[in-house]
Amino acid sequence: MVDAAIDIEAIRKQFPILHQEVNGKPLVYFDNAATSQKPQCVIDALTHYYNTDNSNIHRGIHTLAERATTAFEDTRKAVAKFLNTNEVEEVIFTKGTTEGINLVAATYGRKFIGAGDEIIVSALEHHSNIVPWQILCEEKGAILKVIPVNEKGELIFDEYVKLLSDKTKLVSVNYISNALGTINPVKEIIAEAHKVGAKVLIDAAQAAPHVKLDVKALDCDFLAFSAHKVYGPTGVGALYGKRDLLEAMPPYQGGGEMIKDVSFSGTTFNDIPYKFEAGTPNIGEVIAFKAAIDFVEELGQENIAQYEDELMAYANDLLKDVEGFTPVGTADKKASVISFLIDGVHPFDLGQLLDARGIAVRTGHHCAQPLMEFFNIEGTVRASFSVYNTKEEIKCFVDSLKAVIKMFK
Amino acid sequence: MATINSVQEEIIEDFGMLDGDMEMTIGYVMELGTKLPELPAEYQTDQNIVKGCQSKVWLHAKMVDDKVVFEADSNTAITKGLVSLLVRILSNQTPDDILNADLYFHEKIGMNRFIGTQRSNGFAAMIKQMQIYALAMKAKIN
Repeated sequence: MVDAAIDIEAIRKQFPILHQEVNGKPLVYFDNAATSQKPQCVIDALTHYYNTDNSNIHRGIHTLAERATTAFEDTRKAVAKFLNTNEVEEVIFTKGTTEGINLVAATYGRKFIGAGDEIIVSALEHHSNIVPWQILCEEKGAILKVIPVNEKGELIFDEYVKLLSDKTKLVSVNYISNALGTINPVKEIIAEAHKVGAKVLIDAAQAAPHVKLDVKALDCDFLAFSAHKVYGPTGVGALYGKRDLLEAMPPYQGGGEMIKDVSFSGTTFNDIPYKFEAGTPNIGEVIAFKAAIDFVEELGQENIAQYEDELMAYANDLLKDVEGFTPVGTADKKASVISFLIDGVHPFDLGQLLDARGIAVRTGHHCAQPLMEFFNIEGTVRASFSVYNTKEEIKCFVDSLKAVIKMFK
Repeated sequence: MATINSVQEEIIEDFGMLDGDMEMTIGYVMELGTKLPELPAEYQTDQNIVKGCQSKVWLHAKMVDDKVVFEADSNTAITKGLVSLLVRILSNQTPDDILNADLYFHEKIGMNRFIGTQRSNGFAAMIKQMQIYALAMKAKIN
């Protein structure tokens, strides 16, 4: 079970959480699309900060503040490299993908989108990439349009192109669907949007752990992702924005580092990225975020993707023999997510019974209710794989699935 | 007619025999659900859905003599088993007994551990709905 480029045993050793029993069975963690587990280096970076460097950043002149500030800004450099932008100032730290999207809606949206303008999202989006735009449209009198999907759970590209017009101001789509694993043709989506002068935000929450992100090659205007899905801590993420756009945007929240000078007669705002980073951030978590990026880069994203593809192929092969198995989302290009239903068994019951066997999967609508409505279902069971998962775990999952199904006969 | 507490004690004893095994416990709950009398389709309406449950749970109440009779169903097997426990305990009791009931069986059988927080919240919503029915029935009688 050892791939040429991935030494799975060596990888698993780095994740302490994986080596435990849950409900008396060895843990099989297949809820990676919700959040990934953290390697020891990330946990160590976090504890190191609190044990030795804990201090507020940017303002203090003492040694601890200096250390913390340097480590914090080192993460920004690492994220810039991870996204392939030379401009470190184009990286804004956020709480995560959702805050990144909200930031663009609340600042770019507030300033540049008006009555009658159109925003395009897709039917594959999760709520975080729907609701901020609905709020903006409500406030501004703008119109939200939706790219439809086909039965395989793929965006219908021709329909997307038809939606574009000179009224389109912004297109916001996910790179990979969290609910189905569909990989969207974002490069082409961006190119088409730019033809009508629209800006594009890419929700890369699911893509960050699976594909190499390259904002230059994509030419996206904004891109948001979360650390916790890329083996990093929760409560931290990054928003990339093109410099000219970020500079033209008004601030998001007031206070702290976003200010240059304040007086009661007026305030001048700091330069990017600090203009968008009000208050004391999640310093330790941002610092540990770098350890996560280093972990991914050390393994190599191509190696990760190749290994996860192997896991997917193996799972798909075994699942063919499972009675009543129906996949939901069968796109030609998919990341390591298998969303499915079993005839006559409710996803919640299945999830609960798999948990009794130590197997963690997701059940429900995956915060993508409009997509579930399209498929006319309440939700699915979702098994999502990561680089530390093994074929043995997949075999255990499929065997357990078969045993659980028998309980309903 | 058995009292609310005597039924609770029976349930605690039954679950005690499962020795805390998670899969066996869930399997047993599902089995209890299959024994729940079918809720007539006319009662499976949006109005009868218990709010606060992730799964769909339909709950219907009627008065027979001076007792409240509950009928229920769910679209998931485990939840159906859970609501069957409540029907077993609270059905055929007077509104006052339902309103004054001290429900402790779920804590004694460690329900939180085997159904999780979300379903526990749903379970609390079912109890609340049954008490609301009891209150409505009491008001009707008076």
